[in-house]
Amino acid sequence: MTERYLPLMATVTVFLALFVTGGVLYEHFFSTLVLGHILADNAFIIIAAIGTTFVILSGGIDLSIGSMIGFVGVVMARLDTLGWHPLASAAVLLAFGLLFGAAQGYIIDFCDIQPFIITLAGLFMLRGACFMVTLDSIPIRHPFVDAFADTSIPLPGDGFLASSAIVMLVVLAGAIAIAHFTRFGTNVYAIGGDRASAVLMGVPMRRTTVMIYALGGFYSALGGVIYALYTSSGYPLAGTGNELNAIAAVVLGGTLLTGGVGMVAGTLFGGMILGLIATLIIFHGSLNGAWIMIASGVLLFLFIVVQRSLVGSFNLRRSS
Amino acid sequence: MADTSTPRIELLGVSKSFPGVRALENVELRLNAGEVHALLGENGAGKSTLIKIMTGAVPRDAGEIRLDGRPVQIGTTADARALGISTVYQEVNLIPTMTVTKNLTLERQPRRFGLISWRRARALARQRLKRLNLEIDTEKPLGSYSVAIQQLVAIARALEDDTRVLVLDEPTASLDATETELLFQIVRDLKASGIAIVFITHFLDQVYQIADRISVLRNGRLVGTGPTAELPRLKLISLMLGRELGTVEAHLASHASLASGEPVLAAKGLGRRRTMAPFDLSLRAGEVVGLAGLLGSGRTETAKLLFGAIRPDSGELVLDGKPVPHNSPRQSLRSGVAFCPEDRKAEGLLGELSVRENIMLALQTKRGWLRRLGRDEQKRLAQEMIKALAIATPDAEKPVGQLSGGNQQKVVLARSLASQPKVLILDEPTRGIDVGAHADVVRLIRRLCSEGLALLVASSELDELVAVSDRVAVLRDRRKVGEMAGADITRENIIRTIAGR
Ligand SMILES: Nc1ncnc2c1ncn2[C@@H]1O[C@H](COP(=O)(O)OP(=O)(O)OP(=O)(O)O)[C@@H](O)[C@H]1O
Ligand SMILES: [Mg+2]
Repeated sequence: MTERYLPLMATVTVFLALFVTGGVLYEHFFSTLVLGHILADNAFIIIAAIGTTFVILSGGIDLSIGSMIGFVGVVMARLDTLGWHPLASAAVLLAFGLLFGAAQGYIIDFCDIQPFIITLAGLFMLRGACFMVTLDSIPIRHPFVDAFADTSIPLPGDGFLASSAIVMLVVLAGAIAIAHFTRFGTNVYAIGGDRASAVLMGVPMRRTTVMIYALGGFYSALGGVIYALYTSSGYPLAGTGNELNAIAAVVLGGTLLTGGVGMVAGTLFGGMILGLIATLIIFHGSLNGAWIMIASGVLLFLFIVVQRSLVGSFNLRRSS
Repeated sequence: MADTSTPRIELLGVSKSFPGVRALENVELRLNAGEVHALLGENGAGKSTLIKIMTGAVPRDAGEIRLDGRPVQIGTTADARALGISTVYQEVNLIPTMTVTKNLTLERQPRRFGLISWRRARALARQRLKRLNLEIDTEKPLGSYSVAIQQLVAIARALEDDTRVLVLDEPTASLDATETELLFQIVRDLKASGIAIVFITHFLDQVYQIADRISVLRNGRLVGTGPTAELPRLKLISLMLGRELGTVEAHLASHASLASGEPVLAAKGLGRRRTMAPFDLSLRAGEVVGLAGLLGSGRTETAKLLFGAIRPDSGELVLDGKPVPHNSPRQSLRSGVAFCPEDRKAEGLLGELSVRENIMLALQTKRGWLRRLGRDEQKRLAQEMIKALAIATPDAEKPVGQLSGGNQQKVVLARSLASQPKVLILDEPTRGIDVGAHADVVRLIRRLCSEGLALLVASSELDELVAVSDRVAVLRDRRKVGEMAGADITRENIIRTIAGR
């Protein structure tokens, strides 16, 4: 029972440790204001990472996330210039993300090709499509964007929960329900745990695989929508490399890259840890952006090592 | 009691080919309601393939399936399930990373408003386990339980209220005598309730204990079928092997100990807390030492401690008279100690690699990766092993995952032997191996011994231990409780020591 929650506990502990460290080092750090900012800034990546969690839990990978975020942004911006309401274009793009992911999932299952290759193709295709739409940054001027930016829920203290963070928490709740309280969710864990057994236990492989990648596509499109609204623009290079941030968030969140073990809730903390590192380094002032990546890299490395040993002790118990 | 007018399930004219292998050819199988039907045959005869066709896990090339006289379409495992055909496969266990509850209820969790009710799922899981009198914590990951418990959980999962046909592919391979008896009790109850049961095994004793009828496959063809009473043991074996048995029994006859000199490998007070109490054990060249004990008595742990796969926290290991300070599998292999694990799927084999590559693994590790063996040399060695152990494979390049279960076991054995070890530790070496091959393996063990190899054989089959061992160490509750040698090694003696009387 507790064993299952061990990786999640580890993630939460690291998050709290970093947060408290910040509080000790810098004035005003340990506040809901900083927390709210971290949530708002990283909402889009966490949303995309939630979708990736399902993909990774099933033992797969999705590399098309960053391009999807960029593509959704430029199309939203283009449609805005044509007079579309952002919500209308968002609806269309979410449907697109869902279908694009579903198509990737279908090809992966039907042709039995590694997800790495298929989603890598997706990465190139979507990024190429971005440049077909525009070569420059396009602003989104619709008043809804300001309304979206102004909406927030005050937190105790001087912080507030921005609308992007609200959306993120809502979809997170949805994802937790899907992961732990639907047959689909359990099947995802089963496929990641042992693929051959899952087939023989009657898990519908085609349907589940399609749904997993559809969910991945949907969540990354939603990440793209939030990013476009948050930055009120579309830029063809936006989201470049974000698939790796998403994967990092999932792994820091305690999900095993080999699949079968992990929790969606962990991804929230994984994403926030990445955000916290960036914030800490910005607070420090004299360190530049390079340190954000170096620190994230070191932490990721340490985490994988710790996970390894956790899994190792689990296996040992199994054999004795 | 069987109603023979319409069989419960009939397979007619079933054929199946895999690339390079004709696995089944025009096979017929009839099962009546309320009978236990043993499906027998050598390793690679096509038993698992036949039942996979019956349960939709493998598509057939030709043939028809009739359930209660009506032709049925079985394209997927779900189709079979819906028709009341439940299966416990040979190779698959369940999903080790998931809890027992989740394993038992996968794809059939009780739901309310579309969401799974885990409270009711847990109740369902407990109820399923109760039918097998199994009381375990259903919220722990399945992988934390022993193979035997996992096997019982798999059976608990397969059994449904509407089960009409139950297929058990070597269900007793990892069970000890008590657990087997428990399983048979359950099988008899199920049979009484009118379920048709297919039972695949290599333990002939069990066939005579439980089966009403027998069908025998050889090289993908049905070579005989009939009531158990009309197929005495010798006839059955010659049907399976396609030749007279004569020689087989002779190999199991007693032998003189060939042991000589100082111990090659000796454990002094070796142990690990909560895993295995400290024990002394020594192996001399040319000697076979058996490890006896019930399931969970510490057989595997003892073997792994000696091999270095489990790190000891007390005692020491002496190899060729020199203490080994930090033992590890790699070091053991290098100094000539090889180990054949019991769970070949999880620890032994790399299914995607070819037979040749798998056989070469241990040898290459021993030589170090820089001193590569030439390809021709590899081929020659692999071919030699395939012949020595009669591994049924079209050629040495076939991926191991595609061999039948028993032949995979032989590859594990071949791999250890190829590295020409001084000490060989075998954990359940003959599990899933047919009678013919069983004799081959025993003969090979004897021959190796005469060439100066020291062997440790952990086995749940007492007859096998009695047949091959020069000395037997008996374990109980993770503690060595006795040792016997020479003429003292009898079935009765071992049982008495295990029981502690
Ligand atoms: N997926 C596969 N691909 C290729 N060949 C296969 C595959 N599955 C089985 N075979 C081959 O079909 C033949 C029959 O195998 P099967 O597993 O049915 O044997 P079995 O009677 O169950 O043997 P055992 O007693 O060893 O379990 C073997 O020669 C095996 O190598
Ligand atoms: Mg088989």
